[in-house]
Amino acid sequence: MSKTSRALIPLSIFIALAALLFYGLQLNPREVPSPLVNQPAPALTLPSLKDPQQMLTAERLRGKVSLVNVWASWCPSCRQEHAELMRIARENNDVQVIGLNWKDTRPEALEMLQQFGDPYAEIFFDPDNRAGIDWGVYGAPETFIVDAQGVIRHKRIGPINREVWQTEMLPIIEQCRGQ
Amino acid sequence: MVPELGHFALILALVFAVLQATMPLIGSLRHSQTLIALARPLAWGQFTFISISFLALLFAFLADDFSVVYVAANSNTLMPTLYKISAVWGAHEGSLLLWVLMLAGWGAAIALFSRNLPLPMVARVISVQGMVAIGFLLFMLLTSNPFDRIFPMPIEGRDLNPLLQDPGLAIHPPMLYMGYVGFSVAFAFAIAALIGGKLDSAWARWSRSWTTVAWVFLTLGIALGSWWSYYELGWGGWWFWDPVENASFMPWLAGTALIHSLAVTEKRAAFKTWTVLLAISAFSLSLLGTFLVRSGVLTSVHAFATDPTRGAFILIFLCIVIGGSLALYAWRAPSISDGGRFDLFSRESFLLINNLLLVTLTVLVLFGTLAPLIYDAAGWGKISVGFPWFNTMFIYLSPLLIAAMGIGPLLHWKRDQFRRLAPQLGLAIALTVLVVVLAMTLLQPAIGFGLGLAAWLLTTHVINLFDRSKRREPITIGAGKRNYSRSYYGMWIAHLGMVVFIIGVTLVSHRGSETDVRLSPNGVYENSGYRFQFNGVEVVKGPNYDAFRGEFVVFQDEQEITRLYPEKRKYFSGGMPMTEAGIDAGFLRDIYISLGEPIGITGDWGLRVYYKPFVRWIWLGCILMALGGLFAASDRRYRPQRVASI
Repeated sequence: MSKTSRALIPLSIFIALAALLFYGLQLNPREVPSPLVNQPAPALTLPSLKDPQQMLTAERLRGKVSLVNVWASWCPSCRQEHAELMRIARENNDVQVIGLNWKDTRPEALEMLQQFGDPYAEIFFDPDNRAGIDWGVYGAPETFIVDAQGVIRHKRIGPINREVWQTEMLPIIEQCRGQ
Repeated sequence: MVPELGHFALILALVFAVLQATMPLIGSLRHSQTLIALARPLAWGQFTFISISFLALLFAFLADDFSVVYVAANSNTLMPTLYKISAVWGAHEGSLLLWVLMLAGWGAAIALFSRNLPLPMVARVISVQGMVAIGFLLFMLLTSNPFDRIFPMPIEGRDLNPLLQDPGLAIHPPMLYMGYVGFSVAFAFAIAALIGGKLDSAWARWSRSWTTVAWVFLTLGIALGSWWSYYELGWGGWWFWDPVENASFMPWLAGTALIHSLAVTEKRAAFKTWTVLLAISAFSLSLLGTFLVRSGVLTSVHAFATDPTRGAFILIFLCIVIGGSLALYAWRAPSISDGGRFDLFSRESFLLINNLLLVTLTVLVLFGTLAPLIYDAAGWGKISVGFPWFNTMFIYLSPLLIAAMGIGPLLHWKRDQFRRLAPQLGLAIALTVLVVVLAMTLLQPAIGFGLGLAAWLLTTHVINLFDRSKRREPITIGAGKRNYSRSYYGMWIAHLGMVVFIIGVTLVSHRGSETDVRLSPNGVYENSGYRFQFNGVEVVKGPNYDAFRGEFVVFQDEQEITRLYPEKRKYFSGGMPMTEAGIDAGFLRDIYISLGEPIGITGDWGLRVYYKPFVRWIWLGCILMALGGLFAASDRRYRPQRVASI
């Protein structure tokens, strides 16, 4: 191989890698808008995580602005946002944080809550992705803002942090409060 | 007012960076002495303004100015002063400011200590540094300004992430960044040499000491991070193959390859293009490391989506830096001569083997770190590349690396006879086999492997030392005898550090014990010849946290040897509880206790008790490596007076 073409090898490898990475990032379906926004919340009839005997329904979401947080104990990003959820629950009495424990097992989910605290007013237990399909969940964590009338107002994909809470979620919650 | 001053200084620094990136370079190409002479003052100017900016942010932290978003998010009035200072670089925006401060600092240092370099070279090096600074300053000013204000002003700040409130972590990022940013010097020298088309051994000599110093900082930074995670995370581990750790380890591996390759380029004028590529790689990996850690993309691909401008900027910047330098390489490299020829059995060959292995390891770590990201991004599902994978890779490749490391220094440059070395290698092999057999029979087979590697490295190096002292003048450090230089001692000490490191890793992995126990107050537990008496847990108050603190009395042979006080802290600002392990550190072993969870209501606690033989040797080895680097970098041939007389 000539010296000139040999000198091009590193650049070619880099361009190939960069193209692959760029293509990969394009594929990421993270910006799919949810068709559920501004629609009434879909059915949500599931047992409670803490009390297997008790059945919960979407009625539980009415009367108060709800944050419906899809989470699981196996999901690292859920742990990452956990402290922020704790804070939101503590500091916003007129907002209820509702958990949708997704594709998880009961003991592991309860253990995580015991370890890191429990921000949820109520937790729907969905090990088989039954409600998840209706709600269009494709990964944890996801968080829906549901107003007091039970209408989905926003869907957040990915973990919540202070910045997301303040810039993205709080304005929508203010609107819900104003209704 | 002060934050605005800081912001303004940052903008001025950008103006200086733009001038610095263009004027001296144009001057060096057009042979304009006036423009070339601007290089040094511009580098100093940029450094001055970034320092002002940094001091402004520091002042905002010390004055509890919560009208600055970044301060409000990372500090609070209760925090001890030390952590108010370290909080400056505790999160994204401030750590970038620290980065550019260091970059400008290295730039100013080049301006100051380059009296012996040809001026056009200095001008180009400083220009390249200016280009890198432009990227970072733009990134800060456009997407991550640390001086943004918030209104209304919060009464109290949110507190620094409790994990970071620790003296070890207060100095860990600056060390690491000194290393990362230090590689920008090697990078700038390489790019400047490519622009000038002159890659000679003088170029290698100049960049060699700078690169070694950067490598020393990086080594210490990584060791500090490892030590910190050992005592702060409460798992008793010293390395987790965590992506954040890997991000610092990749530039280290590439940098290690680079300092060895530079040795060949300096002494034998060979490996020139290879050295340039390594310099580009080491700095690119440093950039990648900085961004991977700071963009949050590692914890979740979603993090990129939280702030697409940052993500896009980072990608474009990385592409320009890496793509641009590789394009320059592709253009210039064909005209670079290959340099000195060498035989298969020569020091060059063994350094080449060492280089190839280090590069292979770098690629493996890069793959292991990025694979989960790529899989996730491409929607192929989740994979996890963890501990076992990395460990297996290193266990397969390290014997080759160590074997080459033992032989390389014994060999002559260019050509050597196997016959000359046969007795020495025979002796080293015999001693190694002896150690392996002893370790396998007296201890356990797996230890034989690790101690064998250490024994091989130690015996070859001791033989090398004797060999040299027989053939040359008596051993007097720094006395300036022919070839008997600090550079040689530096190599020797750094390699000895590797021996110590391997012994530490081997023994702590195979002889350590970790047990989970449940103890009632006044309960007793025995392990590895120690008896632990648990005196219960009490609640204590810290400046910005409450803590449970356990008391343990440790006995050995019925003698009390120490009392340990592990804590579990709950910071007022919320978040998960933090463990502070109780550690009795020793040269030959650590005893390590961390509090788990309370069990029941009788005062019982779940506890983790660790016995860690030789764990200190891991960091001692790193310190020796760094010390070796310092010795090598201070060799008299790198000092101005000597070079100036040539």
